[in-house]
Amino acid sequence: MTPGDSSSHPGVVVVTGVSRYLGAHVAARLVTDPRIERVIGIDLREPSPEVAGLLGQVERIRVDAGSVGGLLADLDVDTVVHLALASAPDQQQGGRAAMKEQNVIGTMQMLAACQRAPRLRKLVVRSSTAAYGASFRDPAVFTEETEPREVPRGGFGRDILDIEGYVRGFRRRRPDVTATVLRFAPFIGSTADTTLTRYFSLPVVPTILGRDARLQFLHFDDALEVVHRSVTEDHPGTYNVAGPGVLALSQAIRRAGRLAVPMLEPGLSGAAALARTMGLGRYGLDQVDLLVHGRVVDTTRLEREYGFTPRSTAAAFDDFIRAHHGRSVVTREQLAAAEQLVLDQIRRVRAAVREQP
Amino acid sequence: MRRDEMRPDNGQVARQQPDPARHNGRRPTAAADRPVLPAEPHPPAVPDRPGDVWDQRIAGGLAFLRRRLAGDYEVDEFGFDPELTEAVFHPLLRRLYRDWFRTEVTGLENVPTDGAGLVVGNHSGTVALDALILSTALHHEHPARRYLRLLGADLVFRMPVVSEIARKTGGTMACNPDAERLLRGGELVGVFPEGFKGIGKLYAERYKLQRFGRGGFVSAALRTGTPIIPVAIVGGEEIYPMLADIKPLARLLKLPYFPVTPTFPWLGPLGMVPLPSKWLIEFCPPIPTAHLVDSADDPLVVFNLADQVRETIQQTLHELLERRPDPFGP
Repeated sequence: MTPGDSSSHPGVVVVTGVSRYLGAHVAARLVTDPRIERVIGIDLREPSPEVAGLLGQVERIRVDAGSVGGLLADLDVDTVVHLALASAPDQQQGGRAAMKEQNVIGTMQMLAACQRAPRLRKLVVRSSTAAYGASFRDPAVFTEETEPREVPRGGFGRDILDIEGYVRGFRRRRPDVTATVLRFAPFIGSTADTTLTRYFSLPVVPTILGRDARLQFLHFDDALEVVHRSVTEDHPGTYNVAGPGVLALSQAIRRAGRLAVPMLEPGLSGAAALARTMGLGRYGLDQVDLLVHGRVVDTTRLEREYGFTPRSTAAAFDDFIRAHHGRSVVTREQLAAAEQLVLDQIRRVRAAVREQP
Repeated sequence: MRRDEMRPDNGQVARQQPDPARHNGRRPTAAADRPVLPAEPHPPAVPDRPGDVWDQRIAGGLAFLRRRLAGDYEVDEFGFDPELTEAVFHPLLRRLYRDWFRTEVTGLENVPTDGAGLVVGNHSGTVALDALILSTALHHEHPARRYLRLLGADLVFRMPVVSEIARKTGGTMACNPDAERLLRGGELVGVFPEGFKGIGKLYAERYKLQRFGRGGFVSAALRTGTPIIPVAIVGGEEIYPMLADIKPLARLLKLPYFPVTPTFPWLGPLGMVPLPSKWLIEFCPPIPTAHLVDSADDPLVVFNLADQVRETIQQTLHELLERRPDPFGP
């Protein structure tokens, strides 16, 4: 579909969701790549204040997903990076209904527009490891071929399944377009602000009694790297993107110097619902399911095809801890001091006992 | 070797000391960990007496506690926590294994020192203690102190607490992707193809092998070319002799069976104490499968191999029973 396009470098790249953290960072990064001719960021909303500074050099167009079609044709777009996904409902932005509208309907319209864009040759779609759902009969490690056994309870998980379904349809109808689906593990890092980083920043962290989920994180900078490579290189297919290795939830909480408070699972679901209606947090069934079942993916395919290994889950989490260190409840130094104190006391008592005849 | 990565000396701990498990025999957390103490440069408040084993044990225990509280340990992708298993679960199980069940193990030379192996055993005993005793036997008696990675029914992973103990001690869901992943990683995997049919059978049917399911374990071994090591376990049937199964109650509680033993539920929690039967475990010669890798999807090959394993275990069970005339003997 792109006759005469001798170079494999992308010309006009459209990034959706630039008002959000990931979209803004990706757009800002692609702009600095001299191999890319032009980067256009599109979104419905004005960028949030914390990312507005990044978008200085990025051409921005405010457009709703329904009218993207004309835009793609007019601008001769050859690459679309679709990142406009909301991972948790935001009460200020219309809650779950708006989230579904953006995730499912937004992606549907975006793909419809892409299908009719004649010069399009690459599509990169953000997905999530939530695509594997959560079930007690799941294997311990998901490869890209694993099918979800149960439809997830959480809204985001269901949205992801729908989105990937639409991408499958798009692949069938436009086999000439290189479609890359990136299933990201939850982001973490020194600056990323996500549902999960806020969770680990709580001084007292609610967990589920009798469950210790295996978690994987992806360093935010590695996520940027993978999206960047997906744009400049050709990697058709679906990829798990996560930091190798695993942290148990209890272990992560201890490393972060927080205190875990185990709660009964129905209680936690209720508390999450309550907190959401009171606008306290954005925790939902997606998060509860993650904490019950955990989620670990195999990243062999990514490492082989991209020649890139994200930093390990433990290293990514360490970076997060360093940035949030000031708010630890229990520090390593305190533990070491306590250990020494107890040891000294025991030795003193034993010595005293021994000296008595 | 991946197996070595699973050892407790990996990662954070490795920086400080070579494998404490190997150097220190049965007390991994004791003396070898002492130099780990961050505040060690200060002279101790009480001058150390050489050979003060209690001092070393206390220091080791405290260092272990600190590492646990700080999260300074590694778990693998299945959730296996070798440090916790080595320091907490195996010492507890060893008590049961040695002092309570007086277990005797033969045929350990049939278990490979490194590399993958699929250990297939008979299941019995109302509560699946036999799996835990088998893993203790391998870790305690095998020269390479191998960890047995057990495959458990989904019921195990549905239950809170139990599921996490199972994962932390190296278990995972019995499904082909997990089994094959572990075998490809060079692990020793333990499986009981009888499942609940085996542990939930009545005392009258003791040591009669039940049906072997669909032979999923054989196809996992075939796909990875892993040798199958049949193992016969005698002693498990007598720990909670199941006299009756109250099916309506089981259905109500969503359990595969509801056991009635001479002590349970009559004695309440006391009925949970297993009877001190005499245990014999024999590992049979491995059945190689490397030449059958292409037949993993051939049902006939799979069934025949499953039958062969079943026959081997059944025969060995009879031999062991002859060697043990009194179930509660010395």
